[in-house]
Amino acid sequence: MATLTPTQPRTSTVPRKKRSAYPEGHEPVHNFLREPGPGPEVTGFKRFRAIAWEWMTTVDHKRIGLMYLVSVSAAFALGGILALLVRLELMTQGETVMGPDAYNQVFTLHGIVMVFLFIVPSIPASLGNFLLPIMVGAKDVAFPKLNLASFYIYGIGAIVAVAGLFFGGVDTGWTFYTPYSKSTVDGVLFMGLGVFIMGFSSILTGLNFIVTIHKMRAPGMTWNRLPLFLWSIYATSIVQVLATPVIGITMLLLFLERVLQIGIFDPALGGDPVLFQHFFWFYSHPAVYIMILPAFGVISELMGTFSRQRVYGYRAVALSSVAIALLGFLVWGHHMFTSGQSPVSSVIFSLITFLIGIPSGIKIFNWIWTMYKGSVWLQTPMLYALTFLFLFTIGGVTGIMVGALAADIHLHDTYFVVAHFHYVMMGGTVMAMLGGLHYWWPKMTGKLYSERWGKISALLVFLGFNMTFFIQFIMGSQGMPRRYYDYPDMPWLEPLHQASTMGSWVLGVGLMIVLINGIHSLFRGKPAPGNPWGGATLEWTATTTPPDHHNFKRTPLVTHGPYDYNAALPHLREQVSGDGAAAVPVPDIAVGVPQNEPSIEDGTRQPDSL
Amino acid sequence: MQIEETAPTRQEFFTGENGLWLPPQESTTAHQIDSLFNFILYSSTILTLIVAAAMVYFIYKYRRKSHADRAVDVHESKWLEVSWIAIPTLLVLVVFFWGFTAYVNTSIPPANSYEISVTGQKWDWSFEYPNGKQTVKEIVVPVNTPIKLEMTSIDVLHSFYVPEFRIKHDVIPNRYSYVWFEAPEQGVYQVLCTEYCGTLHSDMGALIKVVSYDDFATWLASGDGEDLSLVAYGEVLYEQQGCNACHSIDGSDGTGPTWLGTWGEQRPFEDGTSAVMDAEYTIESILYPGNKIVQGYPPAMASYQGRLDERQLNAIVAYMKDLNGAATPEELAPPGEGGDTGDGTEADAPPADDASETPAVEA
Repeated sequence: MATLTPTQPRTSTVPRKKRSAYPEGHEPVHNFLREPGPGPEVTGFKRFRAIAWEWMTTVDHKRIGLMYLVSVSAAFALGGILALLVRLELMTQGETVMGPDAYNQVFTLHGIVMVFLFIVPSIPASLGNFLLPIMVGAKDVAFPKLNLASFYIYGIGAIVAVAGLFFGGVDTGWTFYTPYSKSTVDGVLFMGLGVFIMGFSSILTGLNFIVTIHKMRAPGMTWNRLPLFLWSIYATSIVQVLATPVIGITMLLLFLERVLQIGIFDPALGGDPVLFQHFFWFYSHPAVYIMILPAFGVISELMGTFSRQRVYGYRAVALSSVAIALLGFLVWGHHMFTSGQSPVSSVIFSLITFLIGIPSGIKIFNWIWTMYKGSVWLQTPMLYALTFLFLFTIGGVTGIMVGALAADIHLHDTYFVVAHFHYVMMGGTVMAMLGGLHYWWPKMTGKLYSERWGKISALLVFLGFNMTFFIQFIMGSQGMPRRYYDYPDMPWLEPLHQASTMGSWVLGVGLMIVLINGIHSLFRGKPAPGNPWGGATLEWTATTTPPDHHNFKRTPLVTHGPYDYNAALPHLREQVSGDGAAAVPVPDIAVGVPQNEPSIEDGTRQPDSL
Repeated sequence: MQIEETAPTRQEFFTGENGLWLPPQESTTAHQIDSLFNFILYSSTILTLIVAAAMVYFIYKYRRKSHADRAVDVHESKWLEVSWIAIPTLLVLVVFFWGFTAYVNTSIPPANSYEISVTGQKWDWSFEYPNGKQTVKEIVVPVNTPIKLEMTSIDVLHSFYVPEFRIKHDVIPNRYSYVWFEAPEQGVYQVLCTEYCGTLHSDMGALIKVVSYDDFATWLASGDGEDLSLVAYGEVLYEQQGCNACHSIDGSDGTGPTWLGTWGEQRPFEDGTSAVMDAEYTIESILYPGNKIVQGYPPAMASYQGRLDERQLNAIVAYMKDLNGAATPEELAPPGEGGDTGDGTEADAPPADDASETPAVEA
């Protein structure tokens, strides 16, 4: 006979003791997310207002980095929605969801938002701002107030650019080619002005980074011990400072051309529309390296940490970034092989274009060889890094294709070019940004995201990306021109367009999972251990997680190279874990003290780069 | 004479003679570009596969077995580094010289090319032959003859692209640029605009009809629409001149006003004035579109000055009248049956033997 046992009341009157996942003594009480902030006596709306004011006026590079991260993510989301609309419209022949004028505005806005609002500031301004001072062992960047100013300048520029939507929008393509941009809707004025303003933000950030790397490295942080992320940010900053003024001048001239009819670009007034293309690409080609060089840096960090192996050919990787930055100024003409520039200059530009391909190739081989005899750990950031290697290789070899003069005559301004630069910009920069974001997420937020959903998202992004864009190589070489609202003369391409559109949905779902995973981790994620991946650079070995307001308790003394994992992780046991299973904070016992060498003057027997 | 009206569809392109990647080769220079394309395609595929295979192998071979794995000291091999600098450098130099020579070989037109001038404007292509014959949205050219297109634009940038011929060049206002091709086969090929030019960029196509030399000579010598009534000729011109891009004939709204139900009506203008829509007003609007802008429409139309002769203007007017039931019997009858010729004289077709001297033909 069954007896009923009374069920326990579900609510217990005994308050449960909240257990921290951190070991005792290692709870991150002080961190930049909370400090400085109002004391516990300020509550309610006043508290909210005080916190908001603290963030808005902060000069802390970590907070500015996070604010940049939120801004560029919003821009990426906006640009992504526009991209989905573009693909949706192309899914069927004729009008699918919008008319030709709306389509022209949507693809233009997609380009402008993705290039100027998202990808140019993406890695340097968000991850770079957050990490650069920590990685060199400094309290902040060289000019903290200038850093905050550059954030607000970026914001103002973005608002001015988007305000153009209320003045007719803009339908020129992100390249603003004259004379079309001179005669079309007035939104061009606002977009141009917005780009002009955002340029200053880019210049100030670059200047700040150059000075910080030169002047504020911690003792022992020699140039050959600089993490490769900083080498690439350094190279990027040089390009930002030198090239961005040219886009500013170009936009100003376009503005004057429209308002005052000064006749520089408009053939009706004796101007030269091809001159505009030279000006435009003189910035915009180096800007391609502003976009991709930071990604190279992130990949170097990821390949090192997740292979637990010194990045192969440290010097070659570091110097190739600088080589790319300098050569990058001399190849703009390869955007203009069919534009009416002199054939002689086309030939010279083609030659230099091939030369700049070589340093990028060297990097790829070095990254792959980094895994040799390593200990490869396939966590989410590593999946994105490997995705980067594969996609960027395809982007690179198709760059050889469009750099070859005769082949480019056929491929210029077709979907082949569209696919090529998406493989480089999205398959390269965005994959690296996602990888870097997953890698440093625990450091920035103090929370661990779900590793399982991270891997699912990486897989979906990889599949969706290739479905969307690989097929565009075929469409392009078959002759599908870019910026087409419709394809009335090539109806047989419809199935390929449909496949590409469906790929964009898979890609969209993958990126949504990334977003949800991140937000979920903020509220429900496990607390992150100090060094979840076993990194050897200063942000992992010498700061708390998240870092406190001043980064370090004492100025760290750097005694080993950025990828010397044996020196950085002397007590390697089961502590290193990205899934929070063994949440032991590795580093902060050793904050600020030399870790396995008595002093730097003793030197090491190994080369600096070890 | 039979000339195909449309470009053939390439529905089965992925099983076509030239494979998945490239359209058929229909010009004498296309194979040079294709062989370079294929060389890069195959060598990059091999390179990408090597990279991917090395990646997969290393991931498996050196997978992490324990969280306590320690780094192994790997010495940098100078030999390895030099080889992966030297080999790609040699490869790209080969590709550069190949691209360079193919560019020189394909871009310089032969001296005996037959020249046709091309004008790009939003959003159609118009062509003029050496004997003054004009066409819009299509050209007829002889087979096995080098054709050089002298191109310019009257508004914004365009770009003249024929995938099957592997030719492309931007068309720039205030400048002349050129492309050339020689088609070894008869057929119809699609011209595409590849430089973004606004609303109807994707509709800015044209057809290149490659015909036998005899058909070409006959076609070149024939006057345009001389055996049609004015109204019928106007209907042809409506499509040929691209009026249909902006002006509907069924009363629906386009970029410009419709032609149906407006004839003889009082038309209000942007500047507040108005006028009756008659022949004089219509011709003024075709030649000087900016003079009178109908209320509610953008000043988008380009001038047709110099592109239409008197008979063609009259034909368009007659067609508009006919749409509204106002055409006269003279305008409806073909010229041979007492119809109005539109220019007051007999259409003087050039003598047939004139034309055969015009093109420089190399058999």
